[in-house]
Amino acid sequence: MSLAKSPWIIHVNVNSCNGCDIEVVACLTPLYDAERFGVLNIGTPKQADIMVVTGSVNYKNVNVLKNIYNQIPDPKVVLAVGACASTGGIFHDCYNVVGGVDQVIPVDAYVPGCCPRPEAILDGVVAALSILENKKKGNIKGKEVKLKGKEVPSNA
Amino acid sequence: MNTNDILLAVLVLIGAPIIGCIASGIDRKITARLQGRVGPPLLQPYYDVKKLLSKDNMVVNPTQNFYVIVYLVFIVLSLLMLVFKQDFLMIIFVYTVASLALIVGGMSTGSPYARVGSSREIMAILSYEPVLILYALAIYLLTGTFKLTAVLDASSPMLMYTPLIFIAMIVVLNIKLKKSPFDYSTSHHGHQELVKGMTTEYGGPGFATIEIAHFYEYVFLTGLIFLFWASNPIIGVLLGIIAYLLIIVIDNITARVYWQWMLKLSWSVLLIISIVNIAFLYVSGVQLA
Repeated sequence: MSLAKSPWIIHVNVNSCNGCDIEVVACLTPLYDAERFGVLNIGTPKQADIMVVTGSVNYKNVNVLKNIYNQIPDPKVVLAVGACASTGGIFHDCYNVVGGVDQVIPVDAYVPGCCPRPEAILDGVVAALSILENKKKGNIKGKEVKLKGKEVPSNA
Repeated sequence: MNTNDILLAVLVLIGAPIIGCIASGIDRKITARLQGRVGPPLLQPYYDVKKLLSKDNMVVNPTQNFYVIVYLVFIVLSLLMLVFKQDFLMIIFVYTVASLALIVGGMSTGSPYARVGSSREIMAILSYEPVLILYALAIYLLTGTFKLTAVLDASSPMLMYTPLIFIAMIVVLNIKLKKSPFDYSTSHHGHQELVKGMTTEYGGPGFATIEIAHFYEYVFLTGLIFLFWASNPIIGVLLGIIAYLLIIVIDNITARVYWQWMLKLSWSVLLIISIVNIAFLYVSGVQLA
């Protein structure tokens, strides 16, 4: 139970339109007050447990995303917030979009919506907690995602 | 060293982090209430430490772990020296070594955030250290010795003769607990300053050790305030609690300032009122009975 009582999140914006980011920040305001569950928005990946990713990933920030994922110590979970982070959303067939966070790093929970309400995001965090506990029990480590050089679209 | 001393040492080693943990929890609860939130449970700092201990230790270089342990050991040592009524000058010296270990640990990572945070912490040491030395000097002038035995055995409180140094010490407490407006080297829970300042590159058990050292530090610093009314332990403890609650309120009503602003405050206002207090003690020649 030790992990579930103080999940610290790191919020990563990969090419998001800021809609989902505003909703993530809204979770921390007095109205929704995520801190009553022990949730803290931590700046550094070294101290984080849950990685909250917003936005459809593009070729410019694929390596940034991988780098931050590798820096989070195990056990860790990844929460994809918003339609873009889950599938690529309305940008899925854009020339510069990879489309969905799960194309790059393993994602444990999805929060769909454009943009999802703060309640939905909190629900996603709570769902991620049980996955976090299972990972700790099963001693499941996140695989290190290898950084490639310059990512380019296959049809370029 | 007899059985009683060993028992007291064990009591301090076990009791201090529990008190510090609850003090930290009260801080977070009051902060949440002042912001109109429900806030985390009282034992949230304990859950945080427990979680951090169960995570993987991810460090940039192995020396980081060493500096963290030095930080913890010297904080505990300074607290034990305070409890066993040792030389006050030596306590300040040992406490400074602890602060320096954290700075060197931050510098050793090479992360720009940790480096800027460490440089700012050096500025903080530069601004509070003279006040601490003048506090020690006041103890010397009042009792004729740097040993704390004289202060703790006196029948009259020290606060009567050192009110200005007490005011200066409240600000020093604010700087050392890294509370707003002086939380620019690293910042506690929720807030972010330079990502996480000095402690940016620490995670898991390393960061948990820093948190545990902070719990000891809470007790140590309120212990310094306790000395002002050591003749009556109940009033002394109350004084410590009131000072701590005052710091929490100041933390919530002020914004973060530049380090220049703090250096100016401490080297002009705090140093001058401390020197005025020392001059009064020197000229009047009062002794703590």
